[in-house]
Amino acid sequence: MSTDSRHRVAQWLARNSWVGPLVALIVLYVLLAVLVPDTFPTAGNVRTMIRQTTVVGIAALGMTLVVILGGIDLSVGSTVALTTVVIAYLLQAGVSPMMAAAGGVMMGAACGVFNGVLITSLRVMPFIVTLGAMGIIRGAAKGLAHEQKIDAPVTWLNNLIAELPDGSRWQLLPPGVWLLVILAVVVTVLLRYTRFGRHVFAVGSNEQTARLCGVNVPGVKVAVYVISSALAGIAGIMQFSRLTVGDPTVANGLELDVIAAVVIGGGTLSGGEGSILGSIVGAMLMTEIKTGGTHLGLSNWVQEIITGVIIIVAVALDRLRHRRTAA
Amino acid sequence: MSEPRLRISHVSKRFGPTAALSGVRLSVAPAEVHAVVGENGAGKSTLMKILSGALTPDDGDILLDGSPYCPADPLDARRRGVAMVYQELSLAPHLSVADNILLGDEPSTAGFVRPAERDARARAALEQLDRADIPLGARTGDLPLAVQQLVEVARSLAQSATRVLILDEPTSSLADDDVRRLFTMIRRLRDRGLSVIYISHVLEEVRAIADRLTVLRDGATVGEGAVADTPTTDIVRMMAGRQLDELFPRSPHTPTETILEFSGVAGVRKPDAASLSLRRGEVVGIGGLVGAGRTELMRLLFGLDPVRRGTIRVASRNGWARPRRRLEQGVGLVSEDRKEEGLALALSVADNVTLTKLRGLGPGPFVLPSRQQHASSTWVDRLRIKCRSTAQSVRELSGGNQQKVAIARLLHHDADVYLLDEPTRGIDVGSKADIYALVDKLALAGKAVLLVSSYLPELLGVCDRVSVMHRGHLGPARPVADLTEHDLLMEATGQA
Repeated sequence: MSTDSRHRVAQWLARNSWVGPLVALIVLYVLLAVLVPDTFPTAGNVRTMIRQTTVVGIAALGMTLVVILGGIDLSVGSTVALTTVVIAYLLQAGVSPMMAAAGGVMMGAACGVFNGVLITSLRVMPFIVTLGAMGIIRGAAKGLAHEQKIDAPVTWLNNLIAELPDGSRWQLLPPGVWLLVILAVVVTVLLRYTRFGRHVFAVGSNEQTARLCGVNVPGVKVAVYVISSALAGIAGIMQFSRLTVGDPTVANGLELDVIAAVVIGGGTLSGGEGSILGSIVGAMLMTEIKTGGTHLGLSNWVQEIITGVIIIVAVALDRLRHRRTAA
Repeated sequence: MSEPRLRISHVSKRFGPTAALSGVRLSVAPAEVHAVVGENGAGKSTLMKILSGALTPDDGDILLDGSPYCPADPLDARRRGVAMVYQELSLAPHLSVADNILLGDEPSTAGFVRPAERDARARAALEQLDRADIPLGARTGDLPLAVQQLVEVARSLAQSATRVLILDEPTSSLADDDVRRLFTMIRRLRDRGLSVIYISHVLEEVRAIADRLTVLRDGATVGEGAVADTPTTDIVRMMAGRQLDELFPRSPHTPTETILEFSGVAGVRKPDAASLSLRRGEVVGIGGLVGAGRTELMRLLFGLDPVRRGTIRVASRNGWARPRRRLEQGVGLVSEDRKEEGLALALSVADNVTLTKLRGLGPGPFVLPSRQQHASSTWVDRLRIKCRSTAQSVRELSGGNQQKVAIARLLHHDADVYLLDEPTRGIDVGSKADIYALVDKLALAGKAVLLVSSYLPELLGVCDRVSVMHRGHLGPARPVADLTEHDLLMEATGQA
């Protein structure tokens, strides 16, 4: 291979940062399939892993936008918890499941308006605003639920990411997972092919330039935080589906898993970079490590250490690749 | 002269109590390169921000092709035909070339970008620069700096309405080859009828590229005319508001023993094989164009970058050393980039001045703020640093005073060798005069000063000997008595 084409490959790798994590995902899959051939590579286990990735995956779609924008959203876990509470309340009150879910997403979007408006109007760093929002939203969820789990009547919402019953195996995956796929495609199109998407990248890459070029910077920021929180709301529906109750204490620390997924997938916290595909692969990789660890009989603490190492290694490799192409 | 393309009269702008502009006039013809020159703080950038729509004037009239011009924001200005290329490149490094060129003005249907049309318009803009070879899909941040600048110019040209192109210090980060190419491009655009406003304080460039010029000082127009009819000395006098020789106090220096000597020093890229010896009690200047490798040389000497070849000797000690060791040896550096590198902007004047030598400012490992303040206030007085107190954060000081704080650190450290990299860049004339006087005093006190400067009168006015660097090659140091600005310029551009 000539140096020129090698350089081109290196550049392609740097620009498509999802490739590395995807290779890691596949290598790890093969490795675990060899190590635990009886239980790990079964269709059932793969489906379970995909189902378990849905909540983090959907929230990671929004977080990818936020990270590309150069921001961060620490309130995602709290938003998910608040959404489960709201949905349970609405169901209890006799609202139809569809409307209850919509109500949950609206509540999520409202959290995003709160974050976005404070970030742009007070000019406080997103880290601080969303750190505050994390506490405020979590507190609101607990207050609303009187610090208890809220039971809800059984509806189809409970089956969104459950294992499919025998009669509907032709659907391959439960509807919640399909929703993740559809949303991922929609957000990818939004990022790649619309003016709004270009503007998100531009603001994250160089906010000053974006302003000089007439981009509505505050508008783009608020929109991104609203979209992100609305997606956290949808992740909340999935969380509710798994729990079947509204729980204000659920998803504690979820935001860190979500941020980790985005960062493993090539997002940089300084903005301008990140991809939807990468974030999904990042989320899958983390589930794979946890599941694989369980199948191998590794203790929880070992899995946590491995996940932590993967985050640092993934980002370090990404930096290394960037330095190569820059030189 | 025909009807001017752009006519500015009596434009004023105040920021709080200070008047940034008071009664500026400027008249630019079609198909003309018009230089706007002036010291930093003269009001050039404020005026250009008004033209590009980033600021609105308090008072005054601006006519663009005879009709009133008052843009609401930068995008409005671009749409009306006035585009600006900023000194600090304002590109989004992660976006593609085509996306950058059309940023904020993407052709779209219902929010969806029309890629074919975007690429066609971007290519047309690059073709105007005869640079259709720049790949539209490349990530802008991956391209060389000079190419990035062209992308930014192309962004201005992508607006078909563009009649006035403003270039703010466009050569400040370019190598000399790229400067020549940029000038060719500017001439081509001018010949197509564009008015180009060229902002610079490098008079050699103004001579090379501009047809007419306007000189600003203290927010007002103090002179204008055809470049060919205005001698450089007149321009400098108008810019500075005083004769040059008043700026440079000169006492006879008597150099003694050699304190810094290097030979055949080469860095990773630049310089290659630089040699010089510096004696106590003398000031040696290093001239050359930006990008010639002068800053790289200073960084090698101070141990910030690795030396590939060659030897460095400080007094009797041989070899390369890290900054920590260099400071112990009495070598101090004032970085050209005082904001990013030279100063801890958030910290106080006292902290910045005493940073390299905290020992002795308290018992054992402790540092007493009172002693820190006492030590720094001596230098604040001696250098006439204007600050409320030594506890004031350096960020709040003017550029000239910040630079004095950076130099005060070396004085507090009691360095013997002063490596000063562009110490007067971007500061006001008064502070410049203070710094020149200080350099003179240092030499009298038996210190050695190595001064990098792009400003030729400064090199000739302050130094005892001057050596010129051209593309990483350092020429011999010659006494200033044997040199003229013309000699230095020829050598710096590689024509000697």
